[in-house]
Amino acid sequence: MKTDMRSGTMNVWRGLACVLLLLVVGFSLAANWVAPAGYAKQYREAAGAPPSRAHWLGTDEIGRDRFARVLYGTRISLLLAPAAALLSTLIAALAGGLAGYMGGHWARLAMAVTDLFLSLPWLFLLITVRALMPLNVTPLASVIVTFSMLGLLGWTSAARVLCTRAHALRDADFVRQARASGIRGMRLFWIHVMPNLRPVLYAQFWISIPAFILSEANLGILGLGVAEPMPSWGSLLKELEGLTSIGEEPWKFVPLILLVIVVTSFQVVLSNQEEVAA
Amino acid sequence: MTRHQDISLTWGPGRRVAVLCVAWVVAALWLLAGSAVAQGGGELRFCLRSEPKTFDPLRVEDEASESIRYLTGGVLVRMNRKTQALEPGLAQSWKVSKDGKRIVFKVRTGIAFSDGTPFSAEDVAYTVQQLMDPALHSPTGDAFRSGPGNVQTKVISPTQVAITFPAAVAGLDRLFDQVAIESAHSPKKEVAVLGPFTVVDYKPGASVLLKRNPKYWKTDEQGHKLPYLDSIELDIQPNRDVEMLRFKRGEIQLINALDSEYFDKLAATSPQQVHDAGPSLDSEQVWFNEVAKAPIPGYKREWFQSTNFRRAISRAINREDLSRIVFHGHAKPALGAVSPANKFWFNAKLKAQPYSPEAAMKLLQADGFRMDNGVLKDRGGNAVEFSIITNSGNKIREQMAVMIQDDLQKIGVHVNVVTLDFPSLIARMTQTFDYEAILLGLTNVDLDPNGQMNLWLSSSENHQWNPQQKAPETPWEAEIDKLMRAQASATAAAKRKEYFDRVQEIVLEQAPFIYLINKDALSAVSPAVHGASPVILHPQTFWNAERMTVGK
Repeated sequence: MKTDMRSGTMNVWRGLACVLLLLVVGFSLAANWVAPAGYAKQYREAAGAPPSRAHWLGTDEIGRDRFARVLYGTRISLLLAPAAALLSTLIAALAGGLAGYMGGHWARLAMAVTDLFLSLPWLFLLITVRALMPLNVTPLASVIVTFSMLGLLGWTSAARVLCTRAHALRDADFVRQARASGIRGMRLFWIHVMPNLRPVLYAQFWISIPAFILSEANLGILGLGVAEPMPSWGSLLKELEGLTSIGEEPWKFVPLILLVIVVTSFQVVLSNQEEVAA
Repeated sequence: MTRHQDISLTWGPGRRVAVLCVAWVVAALWLLAGSAVAQGGGELRFCLRSEPKTFDPLRVEDEASESIRYLTGGVLVRMNRKTQALEPGLAQSWKVSKDGKRIVFKVRTGIAFSDGTPFSAEDVAYTVQQLMDPALHSPTGDAFRSGPGNVQTKVISPTQVAITFPAAVAGLDRLFDQVAIESAHSPKKEVAVLGPFTVVDYKPGASVLLKRNPKYWKTDEQGHKLPYLDSIELDIQPNRDVEMLRFKRGEIQLINALDSEYFDKLAATSPQQVHDAGPSLDSEQVWFNEVAKAPIPGYKREWFQSTNFRRAISRAINREDLSRIVFHGHAKPALGAVSPANKFWFNAKLKAQPYSPEAAMKLLQADGFRMDNGVLKDRGGNAVEFSIITNSGNKIREQMAVMIQDDLQKIGVHVNVVTLDFPSLIARMTQTFDYEAILLGLTNVDLDPNGQMNLWLSSSENHQWNPQQKAPETPWEAEIDKLMRAQASATAAAKRKEYFDRVQEIVLEQAPFIYLINKDALSAVSPAVHGASPVILHPQTFWNAERMTVGK
């Protein structure tokens, strides 16, 4: 009875989280209509203005409409973080899943490579890669590169989980049965192992999204994320630097509140995925 | 007698006690006041933004070490940071020869180092010899190297010393403002100082404690011994936010080089604590890569090497907006290579180049550029697009770059703003030359044009737009080389100014550096500090530390 009640409460929270996520995604996708002036227009006579009818969240320090920037930044972070999560999950599935399935030397080798990646100071690596990039890239290209780098570097933890899971499946009865009936190699992996890894893959995918959103935010705060004038949550959070009190300009906290809402909503939705994976 | 009796009658024993008490209190207050001025000026606290790299005054090259040298070192002549005029220090008088090669100092007598060792002309000769020792690699000494050959020092008498250089040194006497005299005989050398304070404690990564030098020679107009302060604690704190927070809590009493944003925040609550001393010597500028071997397309190099192109970009940047928005009005649009803050060397005849996209377009059209559907294209049909690099994490520069991006979009120029970590930026700027344009600042500490020799000579490493040229690649760079050398070897200040004025004109005409703004010298001083008078020159708030006191 108690379990049913808890499950019911969780379902309400999950429903609420889904609604919030849909609302945030919906508004960000409607940015072109809701904030037609765009994220780059500088209202220089109204730089650093507080909220008004013309600028609902005021303007930033160089006069850009903060509401428009929040909407466009949300769109960028929310569209590209799942893309990076998909990339990292795919790499994890191939590296971890195959290593676990093949076992032996292959598994050890794959895990050694994973450990090597895990030990890399990813922040410095990202800074180095950013420094090596061509200089004349458009802001859109810089967004794609930033999230691709996050995806390419963020697969390691998931790979370890998948390797363990695939290794367990390797000796499962249904796999032995399939092997006995003559299915071997990659065919066995794709037909029998991979579908059974799916719940773990889903969970890893969902877990990665908020992690990448936060990673981009960290990079943005360091000035190494998405190129100007394109906004992202990271670059929007940079405005909070040097703020000495919460009551000073509370509207500047909107991107932070949005980030917390989105990441929390993802976590609530994910709790279901983690249960499935378990 | 009667009178005496009257007094006895009027002043009873109780009153006598009261009068004695009042007299005692007055005397105590007088003593306290006297000691506050002459001996008990309190402890001043402020932050150094980095660890001092050295305590050896001859090896100083960083700002933190320079601050300590300023507070502890005794110099022969001192430039008054407010009037920018030279004043006698350890030297009572001095004379520079007509050929600019020789200077004779007459030093004060009866002065001792902090450890009690007597000071004489011999110490000056010793310090100069140490300074000019090539093995020491002294950045201060480099300013004196005018030509090949050795520097000769001759102690004429215990109060007179002559220093002869192999070639003329322009502004020779001013250079001694940076030379803290060391003792020839003291076994402690670096510890024995002639300045107002002496280092008594150093906690790496935490703080440097300075105490009053009891042997300091200076007195104020009333004959009280200087400095008034008992001690100065310099906390090592690179984080500006923490520095600001500590100032607000009253834990520190001074902030140098305050950001405009912090300045305004502080001004909103405590306007009496902030000081805007006007434009400083520091500038922010953009320059294009004109290096022949740089890995950039040829057509872009052609744009960057065009005077009209550079001038057009300069005219299309709204400096007033940069000053008003990014610096909250605490900066002035820059006119050229020298800030108006440099009273003597600034060329006041230079005409401002106001923001004008129309004028910019005319200049571009003269070079064959044309507008095509809102995109500027060159003669070959290439769309004008380039990147501006600046250092990541510097909010001010990032904002400036984004505003420039927006300004240039109005003349059809597409700019990509790239922020890089500082080492990567420097590597591109000085080693690989793999960049198109850079936005950075220049911190000037020297008023004299000689301090800019390494910037303007075409053979120099710091000639950023096209460094280390074997021979000047353009006629105007050849002219600048000639003028800079001429001013360095001339001894008459008026002649030197004439040469350097022309350099400033050429720089404005050719725009190798597109000077954007001169930041104001902003600072904060706690009301507890008395006698502070912030100025634009380093060390801004504590240049007159010997006359400052800290009270409640």
